[in-house]
Amino acid sequence: MKKFLSSPAFWRGAASIVVFLVLWEIGARSKQWMSPEFFMPFKELLGAMGFKKDYLPWIGAVPAPSGVLKAWIAVLGQQGYWQSWYMSMFRVMGGFVAAMIVGIPFGLMLAVSRVAHGVGFPVFEVLRPIPPLAWVPASIIFWPTQELAIIFITFLGAFYTIVINVLGGARSIDVRYFQAAQSMGSSNWDIFRRVILPGTLPSIVVGSAVGMGITWEVVVAAEMISGGGSQQAGVGGGLGFFIWNSYVGGSYEQIVVGMISIGIAGFISSELLRWGGRYATPWLKAR
Amino acid sequence: MAVDHCSLEIEAGEICMIVGPSGCGKTTLLNAIAGFHDITSGRITMDGEVLCSDDKPKSTPGPDRIVVFQNGALFPWKSNLENVIFGPVMQGKLARKEAIEKGRGMMADAGLSGVEHNYPGEVSSGMRRRVEIVRALMNDPKALLLDEPYRALDSLTKSVMHEALLEIYYKNKVTIFFITHDLEEAIFLGHRVAIMTTRPCKPKKVLDVDIPHPRDYSVLTSKRFRELIEETNDAVHEEALKAFQAGEKEG
Repeated sequence: MKKFLSSPAFWRGAASIVVFLVLWEIGARSKQWMSPEFFMPFKELLGAMGFKKDYLPWIGAVPAPSGVLKAWIAVLGQQGYWQSWYMSMFRVMGGFVAAMIVGIPFGLMLAVSRVAHGVGFPVFEVLRPIPPLAWVPASIIFWPTQELAIIFITFLGAFYTIVINVLGGARSIDVRYFQAAQSMGSSNWDIFRRVILPGTLPSIVVGSAVGMGITWEVVVAAEMISGGGSQQAGVGGGLGFFIWNSYVGGSYEQIVVGMISIGIAGFISSELLRWGGRYATPWLKAR
Repeated sequence: MAVDHCSLEIEAGEICMIVGPSGCGKTTLLNAIAGFHDITSGRITMDGEVLCSDDKPKSTPGPDRIVVFQNGALFPWKSNLENVIFGPVMQGKLARKEAIEKGRGMMADAGLSGVEHNYPGEVSSGMRRRVEIVRALMNDPKALLLDEPYRALDSLTKSVMHEALLEIYYKNKVTIFFITHDLEEAIFLGHRVAIMTTRPCKPKKVLDVDIPHPRDYSVLTSKRFRELIEETNDAVHEEALKAFQAGEKEG
């Protein structure tokens, strides 16, 4: 840890974050030190080009990091904020774990059985291009509770990626491994267990990492669209709903708090996954 | 056709080297013996047992003929020791504990003590080759089929590996079917060297190497070794030229 703190990599990273925050703070406070006239030439230019003059974005409209920090500290004590964390995490993990449980065997089945591939793959390929968010209305109708509907949508987000990676990974295993295993007296089941499964593990890890990223994208959007489940406004609707609710309520600092919270949550999930991946495929670090 | 009119008899316990240019069909021949490839006609027998024939075009792969592959086929997800004990445990010939004991012993004999628990990716390519040969020998095969196993090694490592292979061979007399495109390697290692024609692949010339075993690297500078190289160099070069021209036509 001490070594890490004194490493150039750490200081470069820290400096980058500090510079970013300072620039943001200055930009967000530009209202205080910049007169509106300053923008007039740009607005006139926009007008001359045939656009509305208001089309100019301005960082001064964004809440400053100092304000965000204050708002953050304020919500840290609120149960609703933590409930939002919990709900989103729960939905992401629920959908993600379900996608692993269904997707890994399904992908392996498509890889090893020509019949399964012939029957299953066409349907899979037709459904795959449908974005998970397009499933929101149908899923709300289909599933008895809104909670299940949201989990189903996050499930879809990870499912396709995991299946495609498992299928591709299992198929790209070098034929020499099969030949070697066969020569040394392995049965088909042995080959599946001792060659196909470990040979596919790296792809499972990669597919899961990508799938995890998609579940966070999907869960936030699903929460915004569906109104965050059946909870009363503002409490326990998940981080996506937390953002939406802050927007509706006009608390712009809280919007940013929600956004950063999702960033942190996504980071934690990815780290957990990376850690799990390293544990599952210890031979890869040898390279 | 990759292999045609190919007739070759290999004595039990012999090191038979198959020399031919890249793409001449040597590997196809090896795959047919190992059972990875069908044959269209002909017959391959081992110890009087018919492996494949016109009636049964594909021989069944088995632990009596173990292939050591060109680029290596150690399971990267298993430690070296786990790789080594794979065969006997799969076949149920040894209990895991006995297999580990035997595997450790054989690895030690091959100079591989200390890397038992490393993954293949963690050791040098020369070591990987030895681990793979030990893994093959753990199956008590009648024949080892080596497909240019030292192709990717640098020439210094290669010469060390040649001596290591001979040492392993002297301890475990197995029949060795060794494919290479390196004439010096072939004459240094083999009892006999079969120089193959290019597509179709069949023996063009079979050379008896009358340098007595056990051999070591001093053979490389001996007069007889040089004479044998001279005797066969033309034949090999001629086939290499043919293969090169055929390759140009295809390209």
